[in-house]
Amino acid sequence: MTALLSVDRLDVRHGLLQAVRQVSLEVVEGETLSLVGANGAGKTTLLRAIAGAHRPAGGRVRFDGRDITSLPAHRRVKLGIALVPEGRRLFPNLTVEENLRVAGGAGRSGPWSVDKVLEAFPLLEPLRRKRAASLSGGEQQATAIGRALMTNPRLLLLDEVSLGLAPVVVEGVYRSLATLIEAGATILLVEQDLSRAMSVADRVACMLEGRIVLEGNRGELTREQVTEAYFGLRAGAGA
Amino acid sequence: MTWVNAVVHGILLGGVYALLASGLALMFGVMRIINLAHGSLALIGAYMAFLLTEHVHITTYLALAPILPGALVAGYVLQRTMLERSLRAGQLVPLLTTFGLLIVIANVLQYFFSPDVHSLDEGRIGATSWNVSSTLAIPWFDVLTLGIAVFVLGSLQLLLRYTQLGRELRATAEDADTAELVGINARAVYARATAIAVATAALAGVFYGMRSSFDPNAGAAQLLYAFEAVVIGGIGSLWGTLWGGIVLGVAQVVGAQINSEYFALSGHVVFLAVLVARSVIQSRGLRLLPRGAG
Repeated sequence: MTALLSVDRLDVRHGLLQAVRQVSLEVVEGETLSLVGANGAGKTTLLRAIAGAHRPAGGRVRFDGRDITSLPAHRRVKLGIALVPEGRRLFPNLTVEENLRVAGGAGRSGPWSVDKVLEAFPLLEPLRRKRAASLSGGEQQATAIGRALMTNPRLLLLDEVSLGLAPVVVEGVYRSLATLIEAGATILLVEQDLSRAMSVADRVACMLEGRIVLEGNRGELTREQVTEAYFGLRAGAGA
Repeated sequence: MTWVNAVVHGILLGGVYALLASGLALMFGVMRIINLAHGSLALIGAYMAFLLTEHVHITTYLALAPILPGALVAGYVLQRTMLERSLRAGQLVPLLTTFGLLIVIANVLQYFFSPDVHSLDEGRIGATSWNVSSTLAIPWFDVLTLGIAVFVLGSLQLLLRYTQLGRELRATAEDADTAELVGINARAVYARATAIAVATAALAGVFYGMRSSFDPNAGAAQLLYAFEAVVIGGIGSLWGTLWGGIVLGVAQVVGAQINSEYFALSGHVVFLAVLVARSVIQSRGLRLLPRGAG
């Protein structure tokens, strides 16, 4: 099977700091890949580079067989890549509905509409005319995921969707994700919570200091293996 | 009756300020770009109308037909070539860039048109007025100007609120990086918004030129009044800009009624009073300054 997303020896720098080093990974259509790793391992930078928000210093990003390394972010959205950024980053003074519609009008055409999103996230229905800034964390996260869906992505990049949310809210967010995954969505997910990352994904990749040090199917990896890679304890990791 | 007269003429003068301030409200209030050349761009519109009426022999109103599309193109090019680059260097740089543009425009206009004053013919409507009473006459041309200001500000408000371009513009102004991540071509959106702002400036300039005479340095003074209208009305609010223009106009004409030397001064005093009052209210935890498109 050919990969929907293929990242080839990607290097991304923040000034002098090299956040992503020689990372290669593939995501096949319909699969969910969880990216785990400690703070500062380069997960967010990798996701932003795939979405086009950050220009890589080296390497290639291919999407559906096409080299998109030099495409700006808004052009990648039109090809079907959507990022739910860390910290949600809603447009604070736009209403929930406007946040959704602005993405719907700018992205790819497809099945998602404001009504469909509100159906998928019923908690947003009574809030549609409220300013995004006035929502709670969980409501904002649902809006952020809905906003990404409005662009009708073929690949959904989710960055720390549970960060800063109450456990019961995280539960709700992941329930809606499970529905998306069942419907055949292709997802690349960054998650700090190991058990969550391992339960939702088909495959897990672990990053350490900018490199992928462990990668495998869900059934093949034990929690201990991932924990060791997470903290860099495994001898010869990534070599 | 003289006071009623002053207030009515103040409101009508406010229409002129509001029209000039409408493009500024879009750029300064929504896009957060301080364009010091806005008044000068308006002035170019007036001079273009002068050229067309003088050499092609069309009426001033007909001259708007080529001027407005030309201004749209000029605004687009201005954003893509100058403002976009200076915005990348921080918020202060567009201030310097547009200040330079203001000076260049004044000098270029002086070179081609001499420092003499010019004026534009406002057509038959200029000589007619509505005589409400023996002491109060309302010039139809002033009513037309106010009506166009209301129309332009209302259209901009609807554009911002209900169109995809408006939503994209507000989203980009709030967070350009994230706007790109939902598929918005942030630079193209800003260029289109600047195109609209410059077109409204040219429209305002032509009406200003019909109302009073102008010279190559008139841009800066008009800019000041337009800025005051935007700030009095509340940055980011388009209807607020209309009220801001009217408050400023009324303050000036009523001030001039007290003593003719107080015309400009009374406007500035009201502007300062609004600023002080607002900061006092804000420090007490109330929000009076509308954000977004309000």
